Amino acid sequence: MSLQTKNLRVYYQTLRGDVKALDGVTFNIKDGEIMGLAGESGCGKTTLANSIIYLTPPMKYIDGSVELDGEELPIWDMDSMNTFRYKKVSIIPQYAMNAMNPTRKIGKMTEELLVSKRVSYKKTRSELERRLDLVELKNDILGMYPIELSGGMKQRMVLVLSTLLNPSLLIADEITSALDVSTQKAVAEMLVEFRNRKIVKSMIVITHDISILYQIADSILVMYAGKLAEKASTDAIVHSPMHPYTRLLISSLPKVGVKYSEKKLTGIKGNTPLLLNPPIGCRFRDRCPVAFDKCMEEPPFVEIEKDHFVACWRERDRNA
Amino acid sequence: MLKSKKTILLLAGGSVIGMLKLDKISKIYSTGTFGGKLLPAVVDVSFDIGDGEVVSLIGESGSGKSTIGKMILRLITISSGKIIFDGIDISTLKKNKLKSYYKEVQGVFQDPFSSYNPIFKAEKIFTTIRQEFYPKMKDKEWEEKVDSSLKAVGLNPDQVLNKFPHQLSGGQLQRFLIARALLLDIKFLVADEIISMLDASTRVDVLNLLVELKSRGLSILFITHDLSLGYYISEKAIILYRGSIVEMGTTEKVYSNSLHPYTKMLMTSVPRMDTKWEEVDVELKAKQIENTIGCVYYDRCRVPDKDTGCASKKPQLIEVEHDHFVACKHCMEE
Repeated sequence: MSLQTKNLRVYYQTLRGDVKALDGVTFNIKDGEIMGLAGESGCGKTTLANSIIYLTPPMKYIDGSVELDGEELPIWDMDSMNTFRYKKVSIIPQYAMNAMNPTRKIGKMTEELLVSKRVSYKKTRSELERRLDLVELKNDILGMYPIELSGGMKQRMVLVLSTLLNPSLLIADEITSALDVSTQKAVAEMLVEFRNRKIVKSMIVITHDISILYQIADSILVMYAGKLAEKASTDAIVHSPMHPYTRLLISSLPKVGVKYSEKKLTGIKGNTPLLLNPPIGCRFRDRCPVAFDKCMEEPPFVEIEKDHFVACWRERDRNA
Repeated sequence: MLKSKKTILLLAGGSVIGMLKLDKISKIYSTGTFGGKLLPAVVDVSFDIGDGEVVSLIGESGSGKSTIGKMILRLITISSGKIIFDGIDISTLKKNKLKSYYKEVQGVFQDPFSSYNPIFKAEKIFTTIRQEFYPKMKDKEWEEKVDSSLKAVGLNPDQVLNKFPHQLSGGQLQRFLIARALLLDIKFLVADEIISMLDASTRVDVLNLLVELKSRGLSILFITHDLSLGYYISEKAIILYRGSIVEMGTTEKVYSNSLHPYTKMLMTSVPRMDTKWEEVDVELKAKQIENTIGCVYYDRCRVPDKDTGCASKKPQLIEVEHDHFVACKHCMEE
């Protein structure tokens, strides 16, 4: 097991009380697994990613543990996490395109970054050039300023930067969302290539676009309102989802070849609950078409079939 | 009056003109410190949109799709060419005539959150419409009008009125903006990426709303970068690349029988839920080149027999089958 999180709880502190953005999250990622993390905005995807690497106020650690390659990550302690950041866990943040320092040439910036981690730039230089070739960037790029690059080029440069020290886990947060379809495809395939060459051991790819995950991910974890709804292999999530939320979500996606006149799609009625005072029991209850009495209790996230985890009373009863 | 104009044009030998006609419009920006460099954002684009027709304008970022929308809404000027709406050239409209144009043509944009002033309640966007267009309308009548247009977009007036923008969700705000457009007697809506910021569970609702409005006779220019959304909603699709139309026609024909190399490349890059990506290399976006004489797609094109003609002469749109136009002479030879 590469990554194991157990009962992770991270809340946001606000004046009106705690917002329960991540409420008891337990899952594993195997070695070499690319796990997609999907869900609507505000469901806690980015909170989960940030908790693993950079837990900063107003985020507040409440409970739970994160283990990477058998070693516990001190996620509640900003300073001791520094030994793990970039070397063991690395992230490509959302809006990574604007993450580079505009006043430094890219080569200089890379050097400063490595020096701060006490790694020699000279020794890493040849590897850096190899990685640039891998993402089809020319070496001249190191002498350029970020403003001279296009969006896709910046995204690829950040990919090289984040993985330069061969981290065990890479978190990619919405890295393809702002790109054009053709560039999107190229960047997504590069992520897979990085895994295949064992530059990174495992990956969490966060996106709201499930069709991208279908192309590159081995498994998909679906979140809803700060809780896990379902985790299974990509094929199982797309073709035979079990949780009612996943089912509705998958069926609401427009596909090429579907026209309104032939097949009218429907959305999911209602809104996501506010996480300041989340409803008791299953958080999807109000919008769920198959909810029943038992849903007043919180459903546990259990393995129903091999590698297929679901948090739903209905499915549990059916498979019991 | 308008009808007679149409008939005159018909008699003059033209085909039936649509409600909105773009005739070789171009937009050229000047860039650089002193405005010395010219950047063509849209080049000689012509198409028309009929009554109750939904046309999707599909292209990557920087292809000029939003620029076209903004020119139709007269938010920016046209460098050359004409936009004709119901037989009238809109660039000549002034004051009252422009106002009555806006009564019929409205736009809704990508980011619903920044379309509102956070200090005021969300329905402020309705009151400005009232002040501007219906100053004499009675309160009661106005309230009924607001109620009916909110109901038309599937919102419950009791739940959404008297709220501040942050109290409403993205989908609700976007529908609010469409309701605002419906308060006027609009005939034409420019929908610029209106669902790309919404969540999957709500985006279909907004999409279906557009379908419903279309059945009431509204024409829509649906600007998007998402091919599957374009297919779902429109009868006609226009593929734009670097400011020029590379392929257009009936949606089914453009999608199932793509001929232009750029369209073909787009179709293979779309992430689908039924098939995995084929093993084809996607050429990464080339740097914008200065060459504007030849084919816009020349430097990325992989057609093996592309010749110097492609670089020096811009290909025209050819009708390859009924209602299907392609701007590439090589694709015909296959």
